[in-house]
Amino acid sequence: MTQYEAVIGLEIHAELMTRSKMFCGCRVVDSVEAPPNTAVCPVCLGMPGMLPVINRQAVEYAMRVALALNCTIQHHNIFARKNYFYPDLPKAYQISQYELPLGVNGWLDIELDSGETKRIGIRRVHMEEDTGKLTHLEDGGSLVDYNRSGVPLLEIVSEPDIRSGEEARAYAMKVRQILRYLGVNSGDMEKGVFRVEPNISVRPAGSQILGTRTELKNLNSFRSLAEGTAYEIARQIAVLRDGGQVVQETRGWHEGRRETFTQRVKEEAEDYRYFPEPDLPPLEIDNAWIERVRAELPELPDAKIARYRAEYGLTEYDARVLAEERAVAEWFETAVSIGSDPKTIANWIINDLFRLMNEHKQSITEIRISPHNLVELIQLVSNQTINNNTAKEVLAEMFTTGQPAQTIVQSRGLAQISDETTLRNLINQILVNHPEEVIAYRNGKQQLRGWFVGQVMKATRGQANPALVNKLLTQLLNTPSDNTNT
Amino acid sequence: MDVTTLTLTQLREALRRKEISSVEVTQAMLDRIVAADNEIQSYLTISDELALAQAAEADRRRAQGDDSPLLGVPVAIKDIICTKGIPTTAGSKILENFIPPYDAFVVEKLKDAGAVILGKTNTDEFAMGSSTENSAYVVTRNPWDKSRVPGGSSGGSAAAVAAHLAYAALGTDTGGSVRQPASFCGVVGLRPTYGRISRWGVIAFASSLDQVGTFGRTVADCTALFQVVAGYDRRDSTSLNVPVPDYEAALTGDIKGLRVGVPKEYFIEGIEPEVETAVRAAIAKLEELGAEIHEISLPHTRYALPAYYLIAPAEASANLGRYDGIRYGPRVPGKDMIDTVKQTRALFGPEVRRRIMLGTYALSAGYYDQYYGRALKVRTLIKNDFKTAFEKVDVIAAPVSPTTAFKIGERVNDPLSMYLADILTLPVNLSASCGLSVPCGFDSNGLPIGLQLIGDTLAEATILNVAYAYEQATSE
Ligand SMILES: [Zn+2]
Repeated sequence: MTQYEAVIGLEIHAELMTRSKMFCGCRVVDSVEAPPNTAVCPVCLGMPGMLPVINRQAVEYAMRVALALNCTIQHHNIFARKNYFYPDLPKAYQISQYELPLGVNGWLDIELDSGETKRIGIRRVHMEEDTGKLTHLEDGGSLVDYNRSGVPLLEIVSEPDIRSGEEARAYAMKVRQILRYLGVNSGDMEKGVFRVEPNISVRPAGSQILGTRTELKNLNSFRSLAEGTAYEIARQIAVLRDGGQVVQETRGWHEGRRETFTQRVKEEAEDYRYFPEPDLPPLEIDNAWIERVRAELPELPDAKIARYRAEYGLTEYDARVLAEERAVAEWFETAVSIGSDPKTIANWIINDLFRLMNEHKQSITEIRISPHNLVELIQLVSNQTINNNTAKEVLAEMFTTGQPAQTIVQSRGLAQISDETTLRNLINQILVNHPEEVIAYRNGKQQLRGWFVGQVMKATRGQANPALVNKLLTQLLNTPSDNTNT
Repeated sequence: MDVTTLTLTQLREALRRKEISSVEVTQAMLDRIVAADNEIQSYLTISDELALAQAAEADRRRAQGDDSPLLGVPVAIKDIICTKGIPTTAGSKILENFIPPYDAFVVEKLKDAGAVILGKTNTDEFAMGSSTENSAYVVTRNPWDKSRVPGGSSGGSAAAVAAHLAYAALGTDTGGSVRQPASFCGVVGLRPTYGRISRWGVIAFASSLDQVGTFGRTVADCTALFQVVAGYDRRDSTSLNVPVPDYEAALTGDIKGLRVGVPKEYFIEGIEPEVETAVRAAIAKLEELGAEIHEISLPHTRYALPAYYLIAPAEASANLGRYDGIRYGPRVPGKDMIDTVKQTRALFGPEVRRRIMLGTYALSAGYYDQYYGRALKVRTLIKNDFKTAFEKVDVIAAPVSPTTAFKIGERVNDPLSMYLADILTLPVNLSASCGLSVPCGFDSNGLPIGLQLIGDTLAEATILNVAYAYEQATSE
């Protein structure tokens, strides 16, 4: 039986979180939350005689992305009109880049489940404007909201280097991670600010000829992207094995049934009648501008992971978890810079802080604990003021109250008892009160040692310095003469 | 004194000397419009209440010592330029009763300068035409012969100025729409360099060719209005960020040693002999005034018309896509959303539909290179023609139109002959030059003839001064 391989290219549309829209002064608002048509003006409503002006911040954001995706930035940029009619497109054309996109010939390395790295080519990164949103009513009417009309939009087109749904997911997640690192996009797929559309075809393995492709839409999660792509690959292979032909079409992903369905059959390529936008002169980007934007790029996830491993000796897993989100990485790095062992800090963040954040459904930017607070807590453990278990309790309280560790330790009297005389007297008292257990222990019932530790901890409400308790117990249990002294 | 016969420049002096108030002048003009415009039909909207309020405000400003350049001067505006609170239709049913919530840049400038806005003048629908007969509302008549067209598309503005129904007026010129009606109506009409005046708020026909222009009864009047509306505007990325010179001060009348080029390609077959005679006589007059006359060649002139009728409709086909009745303008209900849009777009007139179809075709896949792409190449050649010419001469003199004003209805069913009316004006729009029309006599029917003066990029002061010198030498 013929073996098939999938050939997949991804088109990603990402809105840019600039202050104002691509070609007018309107605010960029959350188009799900904001009341309809409250962030609009004559320009983004396409009113007669209105003209576009390029938003330089949007250009810079786009340059950040193109550079982070290892693209070459083109100096001479032309905007074009992409003509098509739909009521959510107020001018009946979208201002977009066509022949001369901002960024070309980029790449991105993704990590596969096997642990290998795969390089995905990036064909182009270009700037355009988003459309409004249309809602169809049951009675046949339609409502249109232009808040999103004219929001800066980036289109990122990969080369057809992707071979599976999992690779598609890994690539899209990596792109989203970078966009979030760059502070240009929230990555919220449900709100549609980050939209992924795969082009999928299959061909006999080893063939160089591309099969007929389908385009997949309505993917509002990474899970849907992976599943939808896998489904579509399997469907196309089944069609071919049955002796059928794949039809060039746009297919939707049905969330409920978890299958793809025909949305629109493309009889011929759509004719957008592109031509250079006469209202905008060419946008020239010189080397100085490119280099300034490049210099302002933050350290990106892959570089951070490598540095955490080399400089801090973190495991790959820990480095990856900490570098996943820029805010977490920066929180971690701030803590390290205040001065404590990076591994210890990493453990506290990954094991304890993340658990608390999960429980309280808070992100790193929302929590009341600062990196400084955590370092103080770690210091209280290392100077033996409190033990590890107490520290975890203190952290939980810090999380809810926002108080520093020191304050909580003091107000609740949680400081460790490290005074040798006090502990020695206490232990002696316990041994006297439990002569049978002492005898049993000395007769070889070694497991009772833990029971004695428990008694000490109970008597001190957990505040005894564990190391000291151990040392004293060893001395006192093994020396009968001491016992008789009391 | 009948104030309506004064030129803008004379009126400005009378207002300055407080011999008359703006309210009096504005009322006199409004009365004259009521009396005379039934016949001419130059206005689509008369904003009388607003005009009188602006006049009263101008008089108040005057009393406080304000002497803004057009303080209290009543002017008219082509109905394709947006005016806040005053209907702006572009001569189309698809914008019937559309009242913009904003002023065009040029209207802001007029208001700053203290001008009084009498109303909005008739235009071919979306400025597509050379006779103003394509207006969806009225047919404007040529004040010199009411059976004839005023030219177009800014025919309303040209007729209003010629008939003393405004002291000056704004038009737009995409292929000759200021110069040709100025020539037909015997007034002065300037089409500045592309980008000299911001297009913000000017309803787009062909974005890379559209430019606001000014009409006056004299060169000085035309210049006075241009002086006020010229300028850069960050809202129009194609407007030129260069200072506005003192154009009025540049009207010295001295053209000694000036090199005037006469392009042989502009005296084409089909040009009316009386037009050629008048234009050649005007050129001789310039020589008499001290100018040097040189025969020049603009070799790609004959390709301008086909190139223009690909580029302009292509851009128009995109610019006019927005008129769907969803956000503004009338809506013709259909059986569903798409049908509603289709029914609404049926409000476009036949010429507009023709050009949308032409442009759509020229841009369609497989035809782009053959049509639009090639037209852009021709445009470059025409630009280079002018560039080469202006290395040798300072201005170019030529006819504006091959003919004088034609009869109403004569060409309306023959688009090609209508398009030929612009054959001598549209090379300017395709290039980076500027042009004007100044009256240079009459034909045997008593119809005005225009002399076209073309200048290099931003050389408005030069061509205005040549026109001024000619005007001074030929008027007693
Ligand atoms: Zn806006």
